[in-house]
Amino acid sequence: MHDRVILRVGAKILIPFILLFALYVQFHGDYGPGGGFQAGVIFAAGFILYALIYGLGTAKRALPPTAVYVCSALGVLIYAGVGYLTMALGGEFLAYNVLAHDPEHGQEYGILLVELGVLITVFGAMVAIFYAFAGRRKVQP
Amino acid sequence: MVEAVDVVLLLLLSVTALTIIRQRNLFAAVMMAGIYSLLSAGLFVVMDAVDVAFTEAAVGAGISTVLLLGTLALVGHEEREPKHRPMLPLLVVMITGGVLVYGTLDMPPFGDPANPIHHHVAPHYLEESEHEIGVPNVVTSVLASYRGYDTMGETTVIFAAVVGVLLLLARGPGPRRVLTNGRWSTVAREEESPEPQEDDDA
Repeated sequence: MHDRVILRVGAKILIPFILLFALYVQFHGDYGPGGGFQAGVIFAAGFILYALIYGLGTAKRALPPTAVYVCSALGVLIYAGVGYLTMALGGEFLAYNVLAHDPEHGQEYGILLVELGVLITVFGAMVAIFYAFAGRRKVQP
Repeated sequence: MVEAVDVVLLLLLSVTALTIIRQRNLFAAVMMAGIYSLLSAGLFVVMDAVDVAFTEAAVGAGISTVLLLGTLALVGHEEREPKHRPMLPLLVVMITGGVLVYGTLDMPPFGDPANPIHHHVAPHYLEESEHEIGVPNVVTSVLASYRGYDTMGETTVIFAAVVGVLLLLARGPGPRRVLTNGRWSTVAREEESPEPQEDDDA
């Protein structure tokens, strides 16, 4: 796709907005529709668009597969880590009230961290699965 | 007015589903599946489930379509003509569908506020979320706080899906064990070309 100027320039303009919109969906999830799952998928879609237009090799140089694999595990670790943190602070697993002096603030921090974990895992998962599919060669019949 | 939108969406859904079944060209089928997801997202919006609609539009119409197209780039675009007659599978499907529809007859009426589902924990979530969680979007407070265990399970499932796909598909670095003629041997991995996927249709 080296000569498709419209696609290349169009993607270059769109991708920053896609990533920004993903962050909006993530942090606005408390007030409107959206949250970690949707934001992770949209964030991944930005990188997948990049890979589709500029080729898998270029995308893998920008975002190495190892980083993607680490992301997909890191999110689950963050999520479970919040649970263990609340236990260490004397609460129950994933009972966020103990995270701050005011229970409502605790809930807010807890939800923020947990949604961040979901975002990171979903993002890593989507890009990793795309890399795995796109990296295969055509099956010889 | 809302009923008219419902009818149009459901009608388009049925037409899309039938087109997918009749379609031998898999590229067209994948595109129709994306349209199907987008229509279901519209249906969820009509039912006021905007979070679900959002997810359906992003995952069903977006990422799934890309992944299916990636698969098509590997396996080809044309579905083979089936060798068997469709009568027996059709009969099985009809009977199963009939039983499922019969099962729904016992369900409480759709959207009735007196349904048991609306009198279990839902009133507590709707009334107390404001004070207990302090997040305006009740969907978020249920998803991330009241039902935090479930969401952790879902996140783990997504991680497990990655592990499964990588075990099946990914080619890691380093030599690889190959089974040829009943005997294992170690072969060096061939150099990965910088752009293995340069298909026009991907």
